[in-house]
Amino acid sequence: MPNSSKIIVPKIVVRDLNFFYGTERALKDVNMTIPEKMVTAFIGPSGCGKSTILRTFNRMYQLYPKQKATGEVLLDGENILDSKQDLNMLRAKIGMVFQKPTPFPMSIYDNIAFGVKLYERLNRYDMDERVEWALSKAALWTEAKDKLKKNGTSLSGGQQQRLCIARAIAVKPQVLLLDEPTSALDPISTAHIEKLINELKTDFTIVIVTHNMQQAARVSDFTAYMYLGNLIEFGDTSSIFTNPKHKETEDYITGRFG
Amino acid sequence: MFTLYTRRRLINALSLGVSLLAMLFGLFWLGWILWTLFANGLQGINATLFTQMTPPPGSDGGLLNAIVGSLMMTFLATLIGTPIGILAGTYLAEFGQRGWLAPTTRFINDVLLSAPSIVIGLFVYEIYVIKIGHFSGWAGAFALSIIVIPVVIRTTENMLRLVPNTLREAAAALGAPQWKIISFVTLRAARAGILTGLLLAVARISGETAPLLFTSLNNQFWSSDMNQPMANLPVVIFQFAMSPYADWQSLAWAGALLITVSVLTLNILARVMFRQKTS
Repeated sequence: MPNSSKIIVPKIVVRDLNFFYGTERALKDVNMTIPEKMVTAFIGPSGCGKSTILRTFNRMYQLYPKQKATGEVLLDGENILDSKQDLNMLRAKIGMVFQKPTPFPMSIYDNIAFGVKLYERLNRYDMDERVEWALSKAALWTEAKDKLKKNGTSLSGGQQQRLCIARAIAVKPQVLLLDEPTSALDPISTAHIEKLINELKTDFTIVIVTHNMQQAARVSDFTAYMYLGNLIEFGDTSSIFTNPKHKETEDYITGRFG
Repeated sequence: MFTLYTRRRLINALSLGVSLLAMLFGLFWLGWILWTLFANGLQGINATLFTQMTPPPGSDGGLLNAIVGSLMMTFLATLIGTPIGILAGTYLAEFGQRGWLAPTTRFINDVLLSAPSIVIGLFVYEIYVIKIGHFSGWAGAFALSIIVIPVVIRTTENMLRLVPNTLREAAAALGAPQWKIISFVTLRAARAGILTGLLLAVARISGETAPLLFTSLNNQFWSSDMNQPMANLPVVIFQFAMSPYADWQSLAWAGALLITVSVLTLNILARVMFRQKTS
């Protein structure tokens, strides 16, 4: 639930961010501040750049040689776009969950342990505890506790997505990026995950990209509306949805366009 | 005038009929080959086949030395070819997006894939057998491994490319370095397909005759020394089938049946395995 009485601490500060797919400019001088331990939603029509901006926050674009970003993205004051930034350490701090569930071809237990082992040496007991903690946080423990040795792909779509969330939080990141996490799921699984987002924001800063405006209204504290690579409007969710300042935002959220 | 609907149904029936005929034509020859093999080979299948050495004409014997020789050389060739093939295929699929090395490798591999196996035999004869001065099991295994490598490279690359990119991204998003992503996530996801390709490569080399003629040749007697000429099923079949002796010819039939059945089994196994893993 939107909670405007909470004190706002900036977590990610974006300054003059531009993004290029080859020569095509997909983000245009974006400036914004994402608050700590709150949910920030990006909405906008397809191709507006909302997924692109998410992928700059953990430098996912680095996998593809033709993509590049200019400007600054400050995580706790440190520019993560700096070439000196250690990518693996950055991704330990910023976790990501994708549109389609992506369980690794290994057991449920190993799916969680995979990420943890990259950063910590835990003994058997501590690892068991961490796996249980992550699965409980992702509201999957009761369903999965008897089949931890089973393959992650044996779970249902909604469970797989919660497994991916558990996997991301097991590393204990500070920020969680969710790229349309429910668009491949049925309404019941979607409700599960939205409830989860609400619980997770006490520990994590959450940034979510969604095609579903009702979802943005339900889960987020702040909402950013993007169009053609521009950040059109950014503010607390209730005012964006009830009293948008820009005509484009209003047209989009009332369904007249997009 | 036909209505559009009857016309469509007619064309459908016609093309279905032609496809069926084409399939029957292909299966007919295959069936004939199998039938001939079973008719002529089955009488030669008995216990002595697996316990006795290849005999001189006119006396009893089996194919034990040839079976063991074939198994040893096939096994060794697979052992040499598999790591090279999987590593090269992984390189092509995971790192081969830019530069000139990958496309060049891919091209050469395609050439190698369709190279006549007798050329490969002659190549090994030139660079190894002549230098050593005699035929040997090692040379045979070496020649066979050159046939294994391009098959494994191709299937490894194809299977890795089938792994969705989102899986790589998901592993990268956790901060995993590339070697970990490849060895723990993508190769694992492609495991069934790569194993299938490997089985098909084994099936392919277990019937090859030409590369062995110039490399391991044959050995009438028992030998497990890889430095000596080595008996093997394809060359034994070749020699015995060409001979005028009826008992040798019958052994050749039995050997041919043996190879065909094992290759068929390997192929079916590969298919079953691939289907189970992908469904």
